[in-house]
Formats: sequence, structure tokens, C-alpha cells
Amino acid sequence: MFNLDRWLEIFDTLLRHKLRTALTALSVAWGILMLVILLGAGTGLQKRVEYNFRDDAVNSIWMSPGRTSKPFEGHAIGRDIRFTNEDYDYIKNHIDGVEYITGRYNLWNNLVVTYGTKKSSFDVRSSHPDHKYLENTIMLRGRFLNDLDLEERRKVAAIGLPVAKFLFGDEEPMGKWIHINGIAYQVVGMFEDSGGEGEMRKIYVPIATAQMAYGAGERIHQLMFTVGNASVDESKRIENEVRDLLAKRHHFSPDDKRALRLRNNVENFREVSTIFDGIRLFVWIVGFMTIVAGIVGVSNIMLIAVKERTREIGIRKAMGATPGEIVGQIVQEAVFITAVAGYMGLLAGVVLLELVSRYVPENDFIRDPQVDMRVAVSATVLLVLAGALAGFFPAWRAARVDPVVALRDE
Amino acid sequence: MNALYSMLMEQGALPPCRCTVSFVSMIRLTKINKSYRIGQHALHVLRDVDLHIKAGEMVSIMGSSGSGKSTLLNILGILDQYDSGDYYLDETPIRALSERKAAMYRNRFIGFVFQSFNLLPFKNALENVAVPLYYQGVSRRKRNRIATSYLDRVGLADWAEHLPSEMSGGQKQRVAIARALVARPRVILADEPTGALDSETSYQIMQILEEVNQSGITVVVVTHEHDIAERTHRIIRLHDGRVQTGDPVPVRQ
Repeated sequence: MFNLDRWLEIFDTLLRHKLRTALTALSVAWGILMLVILLGAGTGLQKRVEYNFRDDAVNSIWMSPGRTSKPFEGHAIGRDIRFTNEDYDYIKNHIDGVEYITGRYNLWNNLVVTYGTKKSSFDVRSSHPDHKYLENTIMLRGRFLNDLDLEERRKVAAIGLPVAKFLFGDEEPMGKWIHINGIAYQVVGMFEDSGGEGEMRKIYVPIATAQMAYGAGERIHQLMFTVGNASVDESKRIENEVRDLLAKRHHFSPDDKRALRLRNNVENFREVSTIFDGIRLFVWIVGFMTIVAGIVGVSNIMLIAVKERTREIGIRKAMGATPGEIVGQIVQEAVFITAVAGYMGLLAGVVLLELVSRYVPENDFIRDPQVDMRVAVSATVLLVLAGALAGFFPAWRAARVDPVVALRDE
Repeated sequence: MNALYSMLMEQGALPPCRCTVSFVSMIRLTKINKSYRIGQHALHVLRDVDLHIKAGEMVSIMGSSGSGKSTLLNILGILDQYDSGDYYLDETPIRALSERKAAMYRNRFIGFVFQSFNLLPFKNALENVAVPLYYQGVSRRKRNRIATSYLDRVGLADWAEHLPSEMSGGQKQRVAIARALVARPRVILADEPTGALDSETSYQIMQILEEVNQSGITVVVVTHEHDIAERTHRIIRLHDGRVQTGDPVPVRQ
């Protein structure tokens, strides 16, 4: 199939018709470039939003108590609701579908934490062991809190990476004792968090220990749990059961949105996912249209090019070219130019996206835009095929035209 | 100029050109009919045309516009189909050929010379001459060597690298003749080869065509110019699609 002479003839023809070649190449390269940018922007947008959800488990439900805003069972409004360990036990034991559950008792923000001569203030949270599943906590060393820590009210702490770096430097933190507002805790684990720096500048201690040490009694500030891979409806069902349970225990109206502030991430994530399905569809439609526009452009130019070459075709035929040779040459030209131009467009698009993801600072719109190579390559192949077809039909027709007509003197 | 030429010819000052004419038939048409459909009407362009051209002859076809002479030339050149009749080219029946076969016969048998030269504008003189060889599958180097020798034959060896746009009409037609000759055809079909040229250049072109004929190649010239036609052995006159009978007065006898 490789015919050097044919290729030389093609290069020659392409080089001698620079404008025509450039226009065809441009319309192909531009189409592919646009498609790559579009797909890249779509992924970037999606990644940015997924990044917003990176911190907390997407299948979690978060609750904090508030103040009643509706009178209920003879109680006046404006009553503070408080969670207790009993609420935790009730939800854990009585609600179907609750996977991991934890309470949180927040110590004062920015407690003074010291180790040796190092001293700084960090957030200290107290929680149940399951907390690590809620916050996507990744253990680097040691362990997170466990049930025994709570049972024995041990003074142990899991510290974030930046905390460890600050307090210990190169020293081994495991087993060392740090002081949190004067109370000594032994470091049992070091973690990082996909939620970023802020979520890592934290210290976790057992909730039972904190309640005892800081005189909180049975109090819990926040309750949160995951629901496994429950559907949105399933999560709503669990949400309602928990709400009813808490309403009954604390005597507030289940309709009272202010008495219990509740966030259902399953539902939120689904909403965002729906938006993203929409955006993806939109990107695909626009991308498809771009490709169609590219195909139309290429076909148009091929059509004109072949028309312009009617005379040339007539001459070549009179000189003994068979229709097959003429069609073959034109199609080969079309495929060659669309393939090269398509590749260029692809390359330009990928390089552009790479530059954007490398040099554009972190922002709220886009994150790490990338394009699915398979899609981009398929689009290029599609354009090349379109170019071939667009070249084939007019060439076929032109090759069928009697040379007499083609050579007729105007 | 014309008169002078005729006079010289009558006095026998110019060499006789019939030396290569044999009795072998090169082109034989019998009862060729051709009509075009234009809308609902059929335009009968050729009516029962009989034509016999011997190998080595140089003939001209004359006729007013619309007489069917271009159509006849196209049929001779296997560029166009005919409706009925028989056509033998070098004793080969030319009938219902596939495009492929037609292309092959055109390439092997026939060299074309057109009024408007029909050189490929983006190829230089040498490349233009080499085109028929490309379609014969001759290698590039060999192609260029042969083409150079033919360019030399028409006196344009120094113009090999020039594009058609850089050449005069006469030069372009000489390139076209070189191109027509390069594939060593049996017949040269020239459609108004001097139509776009001034008379002096026209004579130069005819001179070349005569030389070509003397080398043994059959030459058919379509023209409406009498002085051009008179330089051929024989004039075939077409009128309303018929060959005029009783007339074919041999010019050069």
C-alpha cells in the first residue's frame, strides 16, 4: 500500500496549494482543539465540585441541636436542645441503616498545646472512634481512637501531620506526651485528611475523656453518621427516623427545623451529581456540535477543492489516470491532512490544558482540567474519516466526469 | 506568410511527408452515431460517421462550430462514448471499455494536445511532461530522464524548471506536445492546437507536429483555420455531424 511516488505527489500537491491546505488543516485542528478544551473544562469543573466534597463522607448525615421555634407538648419556644451520650446510643442501637456513627464534643478552639519547649494553639476535637470514617481521616502512623480509649477514658490523642511537624519536628511523636491546656495526653497516631490543611491542624481525643476532663458530663455537641451505600430515598427514611427519635426524646416538634439542624450529604451530593450529569450532557452536545461543525467545514473545503481540481482531474484522466488512482490520491491527501491537523489540534489542546492545570492558581471554578484521551483520539479519528468521506464523494464524482466536460474551454 | 508557404509547398521546396504512410489502418470508424440529451431533446451530434485514417497519416478535421468535430475528437481520444457503430484503434476494438481499460488505452495509444494547453499549473515543465509516465508506473528518476529528452526535442530543455505561468503560449504548447509524445503514443490528437496562438507561433507548432508525424506517429488535427488544415495530408470536413462526401481533396498531391 505504501507508494513513495504517490506520497511525493501528495506532498507536492499540498505544498503547491498552501492556502487550501492551511484552511483545511485549520478547520480540523480548530475543531479538535475546541473539543479538547471543552471536555477538559467539563472535567475541571466537575473535579472542582468533587473537591468540595472531598472532606466529608458523601454518604453522611450531620446533626447539631438548636433552639425550638415551635411550641410542642406544652413547652414554650426558645428552649435549647442538647444531645447526650444516650442519643448516641439510641441512634446507634435503634435505627436501621446507620453504618458508622460518632458524636463530637468540641473543646474550646485553639487550646494551648505544648511539647517540651514547643508551644502553639490547635483545635482539639473529641469524638468516637468511628469519626475517622466521617472525615476521611487517613492514618499515617499508629492508630485512631478506639473503644477501649473511651471505656477507660484514656488520655490519648491522634494528631494531624502539621501538628506533629510543629511539635516534634524530626522527632518520633508516637508514645510521646503532649499537654493540652495542662492535661497530658499520649500520642497514639498521626493522620492526614483529604480535607486539606485546615482539617489536619487538629487533635482528636476520646469523647469520654474530654467529657470527664472538661466537666461536660454526658453532653455531645454534634452527631453524625454514615448510611453505607443507601439510596437518597433510603437516606431520607433514616434521616426522618432519626429526627422522630430525637424529637420524641427531647420533646420538640419533628417539623421544627430550628430545633434540629440536619444536613443530608447523600441528598446534597445527589443534587450536585444531577447538575453534573446535566453539565456533562451539555458538554457532550456542544462537543458533538463542534465535531459536526468540523466535519461540515472539512467537507466544504474538500468539496471546493475537488471542484477547483475538476480540470486537473480531466487532464490527469486524459494522461491515462484511472478513476481509482484519482480518487485514491485525493482521499489519501484528505486523510493525510486531516490526520496531521487533527493530531496538532489534539496536541495543542492537551498542552493548553496541562498549562492551565499547572499555572492557573487554585480557584473556585476549575481544578486540574484533563481530557479523556480515548474520547479525544476517537474524535480525531472521526474527523479523519469524515475528511476521507468528504474527499471521497466529490472525488468519485469528479473522476466519473468525462474529461471532455472537465477540459471544456470556458 | 500563408501564401508564401503554399507556394513553397507547391514548388516542392518542402519535403514530402507521405513517406511514412503505410496501408495499415490506425483509426477506423464505421457508422458512428452520437447524440446528447439536452432536456427532453436529443441532439444528434454525429450521424453515421465513417472515417479511415492510416498509420503515419497526418489529417485535419475541419468544420464550423457545432459540426461535431470536437465530439469526434473526444470519441477518437476515448474521452467520450459513442452510441452505435464501430471504432477500431490500431486494430483494437474500442467499445464499452471499463474506465480502467480506457485509461490504459489513452495512456498507451494516444497523446493529446489541447487548444488551452491544459498543463497542470502547479507543476513545472519537466513535471508536466512526466505526468503520463507517472501513470505508467515509471520510476521518478527514469521519468525525469525521459521527460528531459522530450523537452529537449521541442527545444525547451532550458525551461524545465519553469511553471506554465512563466511561459509563452507557444512554449506551453510545445511542453504539451512533449507531454503528448512522452508515452510513445501511436496517435497524436490535437484539438485546435494553434487556436490560442499567433500565426507565427502557429506555424512553429505545426512544424513540430509535422516532425512528429515524420517520425511515424499518426497525427489528427482539429482546426477551423484553413492554412493550418492545408498543411496536413488530408482534410476531413464535418458538416452537421456528417462527413462531407465527394470532397476529400488530398491537399498535398
